[in-house]
Amino acid sequence: MVDTQTHGEERKQVPVLRVEGMSKHFLATRALDNARLEVLGGEVHALTGENGAGKSTLMKILGGALTPDTGTIWLEGKKVQFKGTLDARRWGIVLVHQELSLVPQISVAENIFLGNLPRRSFARVDRRKMIQDANQVLRRLECDFDASTLVKSLPLGKRQMVEIARAFSVSPKVAIFDEPTASLSEQDKEILFRAIRDLRRRSVGIIYISHRLEEVFEIADRISVLRDGAYRGTLLASDTDEAEVTRMMIGRNVEHACATAGHAGGEPVLEVIGLSAPGKFRDVSFTVRAGEIVGMYGLVGAGRTEVAEAIFGLRRTTDGEIRLRGKRLHRISPKEAVAAGIALVPESRKEQGLVLNMSCRANVTLPLLDAVSTCGMLDFGREQVVFDRYAQALAIKTTGSTLKVMYLSGGNQQKIVIAKWLATDPKLLILDEPTRGIDVGSKAAIHILVRDLADRGYAILLISSEMSEVLGVSDRVLAMYSGQIVADFDARDLTEHKLVSAVLGDKVDESRLPTLPMSQAIHGK
Amino acid sequence: MTALVLPAGRTLLRQPIWMFAAAAALIFVGIAPHFVSIGNAQNVLLQSSTIGFLSLGLTIVMINGNIDLSVGWVAALAASLAVGLQSFGVLPAVIAGIAAGVLIGLLNGLIVWKSGIDSFIVTLGTMAAVRGVVFLYTREQSFAAMNLGYSAFGSSFIGPLPTLGLLFLVSASMLEFVLLKTVHGRDAYAVGGGRQASMDAGLKVGWHMTINFVLSGFFAAIGGIALSTQLGASTPDMGSDLVLWTITAIVVGGTDWRGGQGSLVGTVGGVFAIAILRNGLALMHVPSFYVLVILGAVLIAALVWERKLGTI
Repeated sequence: MVDTQTHGEERKQVPVLRVEGMSKHFLATRALDNARLEVLGGEVHALTGENGAGKSTLMKILGGALTPDTGTIWLEGKKVQFKGTLDARRWGIVLVHQELSLVPQISVAENIFLGNLPRRSFARVDRRKMIQDANQVLRRLECDFDASTLVKSLPLGKRQMVEIARAFSVSPKVAIFDEPTASLSEQDKEILFRAIRDLRRRSVGIIYISHRLEEVFEIADRISVLRDGAYRGTLLASDTDEAEVTRMMIGRNVEHACATAGHAGGEPVLEVIGLSAPGKFRDVSFTVRAGEIVGMYGLVGAGRTEVAEAIFGLRRTTDGEIRLRGKRLHRISPKEAVAAGIALVPESRKEQGLVLNMSCRANVTLPLLDAVSTCGMLDFGREQVVFDRYAQALAIKTTGSTLKVMYLSGGNQQKIVIAKWLATDPKLLILDEPTRGIDVGSKAAIHILVRDLADRGYAILLISSEMSEVLGVSDRVLAMYSGQIVADFDARDLTEHKLVSAVLGDKVDESRLPTLPMSQAIHGK
Repeated sequence: MTALVLPAGRTLLRQPIWMFAAAAALIFVGIAPHFVSIGNAQNVLLQSSTIGFLSLGLTIVMINGNIDLSVGWVAALAASLAVGLQSFGVLPAVIAGIAAGVLIGLLNGLIVWKSGIDSFIVTLGTMAAVRGVVFLYTREQSFAAMNLGYSAFGSSFIGPLPTLGLLFLVSASMLEFVLLKTVHGRDAYAVGGGRQASMDAGLKVGWHMTINFVLSGFFAAIGGIALSTQLGASTPDMGSDLVLWTITAIVVGGTDWRGGQGSLVGTVGGVFAIAILRNGLALMHVPSFYVLVILGAVLIAALVWERKLGTI
């Protein structure tokens, strides 16, 4: 599995990149906690960890886009401090972003050399040289399009190759790839790996960030793990396996994570039958019962959020039926969804779930203004009662109900959003990535809370891309891939391996899965 | 009256603009002749009423996350109608002026709601259209009010306070009450501060936005009419600078133009600050050229100071 051809015993002993004591926080969240990393020249060093573990934050700091609170970076033994991304590039660190940071309206060549366009006399851009050099890089990456093409006319996979080309257009000392294969076809992935191995031969230090452990073991020499912003350890890829790495990532044995008592569930609260929204999901069917937690697992882009939006009335569907407690819901608006008893705690709490500038109290009562007012006049007393009730039930830590919600920690903010929706007295609670970006302590508290809510009779649909969360909290798990439900498991006999296989499109249980050829499975639709 | 209604964060001391206005007043006490007199104070209050009325409605629109650039020319239109139609009687003329403001506000609100176009663009359009209507109607002539009682109203007093100033303060109090205590007010803040969250919570976003535009049009009309009672006339370019000063007063008063934050206490403070500055500089016989430059510099300084304080 591991590529053993190139490195052998002769490797530079001085690491090309070393990071020590790096910490960074955003408002109340600790993104990095005394993290460290060491990369040797001529090695592919993988960095793994769950969502919110701090990988992207660390990479953004190395790439010069963020400044850390504390910490030191040594490049080839010399202490460095970056004044910005161009500065980092000049020093020789190149970062290929996870979210594409291209300018669609200009050409591929201009994107590749963004910030560093080749010049002629009198500050004119040397277009010919720029396109020539860009084409050289593109050929090396076996791309079939010309460097003068406008990025906006390229599909996602090719755009990702352009992003990657940025790294190959200079001669870096360190190249960082953040989830580079997210939108690549199998072929392009092989091309990328060939190019990375080429970089390794030239003694470049490569950091490869990925969730996909299969890939990590295919390309990496060493693997470092981050969890909750802290460094957990480094392993030689040849000395370890996926299970051990996963254990380091999620902090406990995978087997134990499945130890919830599978609740049989009461009567069906939500029935989704053959639901389709063109381009997003197709023929989705499942049931959620009272007292049951159904986990919906899948990679980003699988269509889970879109299904939730459709149930809540935020998205049109072209086919299929949604039934709440037996009654058919037809083309409803969010307001009607709330009235019917559906609550959706959205993925992005800052943009969609909260009005940051308003008080905690006002946020919690936002969907219930009619209930806490008389003839259009607000009753602050009643509002406080509602707030107190839920603040207590959810153990929300805040110094006062009139504190603006933007000052709360991520975990408490999320609780405010949950409180808000609980206050609407729903029958069905949909949670979309409820513990994203939240530290491990608050995460556990929210998991306990969700379990408690289910025990009290709520029907819960939990959408998550974190394996441990889905496995640890759910009674049943739906695996979603590329807009379709590919498997429906009982959590009791579910292992991590089965779930991962289902979500990546491999055949697990032939009686349960539709057949999807590999290439179609990977770049979908 | 306002003090009874305000919660802690809204008291005058917490609003830096009031301290700023007080500081300006104190400075003028020292250097401007005749600044310290009851007559002058009444003057300041009276002169602040025009921008004052305009800023009331516009503040709520801005808190709601929108903007209304048409207020200046709506004021001019209302004034022209209220003066020009007096041959039909003062009351019908004034009602016509107010109705014009309300209708234009309604138009603004409906277009922003139904088309989804940003309010900046929409009200830029209505502003131009209303300006055209004003020019068409007045043929660039000033109208003198036929009814003497009309102009007398502009300079009348109720007790020690000029009538218009008193009306301004009463309106401000009532609107602050609406902002703080009613569902409509809460909606305005919520939609301005987080439109997506508000929509998801089921708030009637478009409906409330439209009401706020109507309020803005209404108060713009009142402001224009108020000004014309002071002048005893309406002039063809009344609307030119009004919106700029109005927005300045609002922003300097602490309202965030992006929405979700602001108060009428702050806006009134901003209105007074500007009025005091203009008044003091006029008493010092500073040539009008310099007045604009000084006012601009001072207001930028106020904004920088508020930024440092973290209130902006």
